Amino acid sequence: MSTITLDHVTKRFPDGAVAVNDLSLDIGDSEFCILVGPSGCGKSTTLNMIAGLEDISDGELRIDGQVVNDKAPKDRDIAMVFQTYALYPHMTVRENMAFALKLAKVPREVINQKVEEAARILDLVPHLDRKPANLSGGQRQRVAMGRAIVRNPKAFLMDEPLSNLDAKLRVQMRTEVSRLQRRLGTTTVYVTHDQTEAMTLGDRVAVLRGGFLQQFGTPKELYENPANLFVAGFIGSPAMNFMAASLEDNHLRSPLGEVPLSDRLRRALEAANVERQVIMGIRPEHFEDAALVASQPERAGVFFSATIDVVESMGSDVYVYFSLEGARANAAELEELARESGSAELSSAAETVVARLDAATAVREGEQARLWFDPAKVQVFDPRSGRNLCLAV
Amino acid sequence: MRRRKLAWGGADLVVLAWVAFPVWWIVALSFKDPSTITDGSFWPTKWTLQNYEGIFKTSQFLLALRNSIGIAVISTVVAVVFASLAAYAIARLRFPGKKVLIGVSLLIAMFPQISLVTPLFNIERVIGLFNTWGGLIIPYIAFGLPFAIYTLAAFFREIPWELEKAAKVDGATPMQAFVRVVAPLAAPGVATSAILVFVVTWNEFLLAISLTSTTASRTVPAALAFFTGASQFQNPIGSIAAAAVIITIPIVFFVLFFQRRIIAGLTSGAVKG
Ligand SMILES: Nc1ncnc2c1ncn2[C@@H]1O[C@H](COP(=O)(O)OP(=O)(O)O)[C@@H](O)[C@H]1O
Ligand SMILES: [Mg+2]
Repeated sequence: MSTITLDHVTKRFPDGAVAVNDLSLDIGDSEFCILVGPSGCGKSTTLNMIAGLEDISDGELRIDGQVVNDKAPKDRDIAMVFQTYALYPHMTVRENMAFALKLAKVPREVINQKVEEAARILDLVPHLDRKPANLSGGQRQRVAMGRAIVRNPKAFLMDEPLSNLDAKLRVQMRTEVSRLQRRLGTTTVYVTHDQTEAMTLGDRVAVLRGGFLQQFGTPKELYENPANLFVAGFIGSPAMNFMAASLEDNHLRSPLGEVPLSDRLRRALEAANVERQVIMGIRPEHFEDAALVASQPERAGVFFSATIDVVESMGSDVYVYFSLEGARANAAELEELARESGSAELSSAAETVVARLDAATAVREGEQARLWFDPAKVQVFDPRSGRNLCLAV
Repeated sequence: MRRRKLAWGGADLVVLAWVAFPVWWIVALSFKDPSTITDGSFWPTKWTLQNYEGIFKTSQFLLALRNSIGIAVISTVVAVVFASLAAYAIARLRFPGKKVLIGVSLLIAMFPQISLVTPLFNIERVIGLFNTWGGLIIPYIAFGLPFAIYTLAAFFREIPWELEKAAKVDGATPMQAFVRVVAPLAAPGVATSAILVFVVTWNEFLLAISLTSTTASRTVPAALAFFTGASQFQNPIGSIAAAAVIITIPIVFFVLFFQRRIIAGLTSGAVKG
């Protein structure tokens, strides 16, 4: 039951590397806060500073309003779940979970009772007297969680706790973690590089890039109003489509045709006073098969034709891929995202676009298809700063 | 499959015979009657415990045994305690001069001891350490430390850093984290390096013979050279063999007792594995 505040926190390592740069976060009581970003962006360092395992070079860290910069980890009353679980291999599951309570000189009966309760919640009762070496990956993960919850601490810190599990177990444990956090109501800071985990678990999500905070908000805010190209490209799967576009008087000239600007967007762009070259972003689900939209005349929008390269049917939806010659959007952020996702075909000038269509669509691979998209959902970014121009009001 | 097993078994037998031969030779010698000691036979023709009784009758061997035990135990304990601290620092911390420290300890381990005998002899005579326990313990610690640091640093490196972090977050002081988490996990390493240092010290001959002059500090390997046998006029080979067998016993005991622990290693299961 605590708040955690990072007030302009910076971490400079002795070798001069700045891992976290002027980070300010205000994490509320009982909040589930996610730190997400590509590997090396400073997530673990941030978490370690909150735990007290790394010194804070600059700025203030407050827990419950109290500055704790100089407090040792043991005096912060915080529990941590490590990526590798860090179970004590020479202790049984019971001893692992009881360790912190023993150090705190909690009476033996209370310890036993708390450990048994945690074991019941986490389904570990039959394994209490086994050593970690004899447990499966999922069981070890639960012991690591158990070690945190028996303490009833001010906050949980979790550093990629699910990344060592296989895909199926990961999804299962994700739900488990979420339920546990709601049930206990303990303030939680959760680190992940997986945007799906971030979106599904977090009350609020902080996106980091190269030690800088990009945006801090609810999953919905990040998804609908990304602050910049990086957040727009990082959040969402499949990712937002980006393409080069140019600004005309009252429309956007894009490879998908002329996109009329809404009043709101026009005002925002005027206020931002940008150059003509911009990057247009549109999410896959904002496309539709034109044939399916035609029956709903109230849905105004932009129609265009494209040759479909690939069709992937998911049952409920159909993903179609097509390329736009010479439409490649160029920006540092996009290159970083491409490297991160491993799709660094930087030499090609063509931009592949993904569209999610209704399952009723009749488009076929290799054929020309007529598609539609909703111009109101289009985002416009400044290619140099990466800023989302739609938000600049 | 069976042929490979046979080949391996045969190879094992050859190695075993090769290694065990000198050991058996000494054991056989120690049980031979003085009259048959030079018969060169592989199996004692006249068994006797006379040699063993002999070495325990005079104080010569007992005093040497006392010196050996005292000097080896003290050297080992001191070397392992300091080596633990040094190895922990080497494995865990970044500090200026770390490379130099590692280099110097490597240098000491490589240093030919024979070149140190004369200087040590002169220094110890001047400062009054010659022919004392301290006169042997100090150089033994110096030569034992590099070995112990190496083995221990390897063990400490195997212990995941995050275990200590976890202990700290769980509320442990740095000392509690070390004692309750790191030390138990490093125990096999400590045992291994202690045995190494003990064995080297226990068997050491060169310094023992050069830096001692009386039974006040002479260790068993050195004392063996001064054995006279049960009587002045007897060939001492039987007694020497008996003494050699006795001082081999603790080594055999250590290795058999700790082998499993040393090999097992305790850190499995700490991480996702
Ligand atoms: N002890 C250290 N000394 C110097 N640089 C470090 C140290 N630890 C981490 N870094 C650097 O800080 C950056 C952030 O690291 P980290 O917080 O572990 O990233 P993440 O957890 O987001 O993958 C990385 O560039 C990393 O190289
Ligand atoms: Mg990390």
